[in-house]
Amino acid sequence: MNSVVKSPKDSKLSMSYLTVGFIAVFIGAICGLLQGLVRGGVIELPSFINYYQLLTAHGVLLALVFTTYFIYGLLFAGVSKTMGALSDKARSIGWIGFWVMTIGTICSTIMIILGEASVLYTFYAPLKAHPLYYIGLALVVVGSWIGGAAMLMHYSGWRKKNSGKLSPLFGYMTTATIILWIVCTIGVAISVLFQFIPWSFGWADRINVLLSRTLFWYFGHPLVYFWLLPAYIIWYVCIPKIIGGKVFSDSLARLSFVLFILFSIPVGFHHQLTESGIPEGWKFLQVVLTFMVITPSLMTAFSLFATFETTGREKGARGLFGWLKKLPYNDVRFFAPFMGMLFFIPGGAGGIVNASHQMNTVIHNTLWVVGHFHITVGTPVVLTFFGVTYWLVPYLTGRKLTPALNRAGMIQTILWSVGMFFMSTAMHILGLFGAPRRTAYSTYQDNPTALEWFHGFFAHYTTVALGGTILFIAAMMMVYLFFHLAFFAPKAENDIEATEFPIGEVAEHAYTTPRILENWKVWIGIVVVLILIAYTIPVTDMITHAPAGSPPIRTW
Amino acid sequence: MHRSEKVWLTLSFGMIMLFMLATGYQSYALEMGPPSNMETIDPQKVDQTAPFDNPGVKQIGDNEYEVVMTLQVFSFNPGKLEFPAGSTVHFTLTSKDVVHGFQVANTNINAMVMPGHIQKITQKFDKPGEYLVLCNEYCGAGHQMMATTITVK
Ligand code: HEM
Ligand SMILES: [Cu+2]
Ligand SMILES: [Cu+2]
Repeated sequence: MNSVVKSPKDSKLSMSYLTVGFIAVFIGAICGLLQGLVRGGVIELPSFINYYQLLTAHGVLLALVFTTYFIYGLLFAGVSKTMGALSDKARSIGWIGFWVMTIGTICSTIMIILGEASVLYTFYAPLKAHPLYYIGLALVVVGSWIGGAAMLMHYSGWRKKNSGKLSPLFGYMTTATIILWIVCTIGVAISVLFQFIPWSFGWADRINVLLSRTLFWYFGHPLVYFWLLPAYIIWYVCIPKIIGGKVFSDSLARLSFVLFILFSIPVGFHHQLTESGIPEGWKFLQVVLTFMVITPSLMTAFSLFATFETTGREKGARGLFGWLKKLPYNDVRFFAPFMGMLFFIPGGAGGIVNASHQMNTVIHNTLWVVGHFHITVGTPVVLTFFGVTYWLVPYLTGRKLTPALNRAGMIQTILWSVGMFFMSTAMHILGLFGAPRRTAYSTYQDNPTALEWFHGFFAHYTTVALGGTILFIAAMMMVYLFFHLAFFAPKAENDIEATEFPIGEVAEHAYTTPRILENWKVWIGIVVVLILIAYTIPVTDMITHAPAGSPPIRTW
Repeated sequence: MHRSEKVWLTLSFGMIMLFMLATGYQSYALEMGPPSNMETIDPQKVDQTAPFDNPGVKQIGDNEYEVVMTLQVFSFNPGKLEFPAGSTVHFTLTSKDVVHGFQVANTNINAMVMPGHIQKITQKFDKPGEYLVLCNEYCGAGHQMMATTITVK
């Protein structure tokens, strides 16, 4: 596979996606810093900025824009690397997707800046933003469908040319990720196109609040798997190569991705557990399905540690844990995702708490939840993406990750980890004490319970502010390093110097991969059935037994 | 499959089954399921619709109370509630405008209150003290001010 020549035209497309992504990090991190400082009572915002405006920008730019752009930049590069250069047609479609997404992003961002859309990234009805906010978000989704179609075209083109052959693991996983994304975004697209846009223009008087929330979370949970799967691609495919090992098992890797498609979608009710209007039994069913989706993550953990151990032993490690010493901790391409994996251990455990029906009522909408997603998407996924940036950008631009840049990357990773440790631990504990999320500075008229949130060490809003400040520094370093790697790092003069796109080979002892895993019709069919089982009856009920809807309201 | 792989998968699956059984048992046998009331109401006619035309606290038994409450930007009506220690309180809630949260710190009360829907939640207050009631769903510019108290004597 490594013989495939790099296509400069594809590199340009990838770099465009990545660049928008890092601009989003720049703005989003400034918002994050200010949020932490405001909640800690360290600063007060000037009157022309509203806390919730910042929070909307932070959520949209980091959770939706940065992630999607980075993922597309990475996946386009990976399919071009493993399945050959894109056809001119597929590449043009990739560019159309890029521009549609970008127009949408700009449109929504302007509305947030103008203060016309302080409804947060979840835009719960009946809070009503400017119609252009919803239109912008719709364009982001539609653009991502167009870009996704380009990758699917490339994959099916490869399979036609190579009939009978097993597709490259990277291409297979990309396809799974895009399929997951298309199936889940249909929900939010329906809600935005048929509920929010007509209602925000005044063409419809009222909106079905519960239905809109349900369609949002039908999308909202698989959204987190859309972030996670590309990180898993790196963990399965690229990390083995970086540490000098092999992919442990091709079939286990593919199977876990199939399971993600099946079980990550029909589970949105676990975000609506404390809501009226959804019968408890249906909530419970989706909680059960939520537990199922833990399985492929545990499989991934197994596969990773198996790779680490096998590689360590091949390098001469002894004893039960000797292999832990053989890992390349001073290589940022490994170290950054590795730190992310460590954070994922408490992150995953916390996720089980969140999903557990009644434990959920302890933490629902408290700062615990914010702590939780900063140590899941905000660290395992983000540090993996940052770790990727250190080799992907010089690979795409024909430059080198010099030892000095590697060191800078190590420092950046350590700062992010330390900042996140303080911020997320404080958030988890404050949440258990009852501190709410999505709330500006408040002592609730010096209520004793609320004042306790300013005492102690970890149970202290100032610790959130402190962690946030360290994180902010790490984010600014990352943005700087991105542009440095893109434009100023030394050029690679020849093939030997060139930065590699690490693609692991499958270990010899691994079993052959069953062909059914590549039969997408089967898997899409099953997921549709699961979705229908989990949603048909409660959603029909929401529509037929709907209360009078809500008129648009602006409360900021 | 490798043997260690099988062991791992069996263990992890067993663990997941255990979690599922635990939540199922708590929800159904112990009736600790999350608040999921199904009644609806016209969100624009809350003031005219019983029981919300007359929000307030009513004693309905020895140490048992019913609270009918509306949530609106940025307040709870009625606010500043008081109960004797050991009271069981049944809350009936709805929103007159956007989605709000109803959370009582240091208890297990935590529910979404949506316009168009009536939410119900019951809690026994044993320990005396002043409990902080707050809105934990973003509802607008004054969201961080939306709070009241429950005093248990
Ligand atoms: C500079 C680094 C960061 C800092 C200082 C930071 C800080 C914060 C703080 C303090 C909040 C909570 C605000 C509240 O609930 O009132 C928050 C919310 C949030 N953060 Fe971050 N964060 C950072 C990076 C990230 C990253 C990298 C992501 C995801 C990729 C992310 C995703 C989110 C999301 C989705 C929310 C919730 C928004 C909402 O409730 O609507 N953050 N962040
Ligand atoms: Cu979820
Ligand atoms: Cu509120």
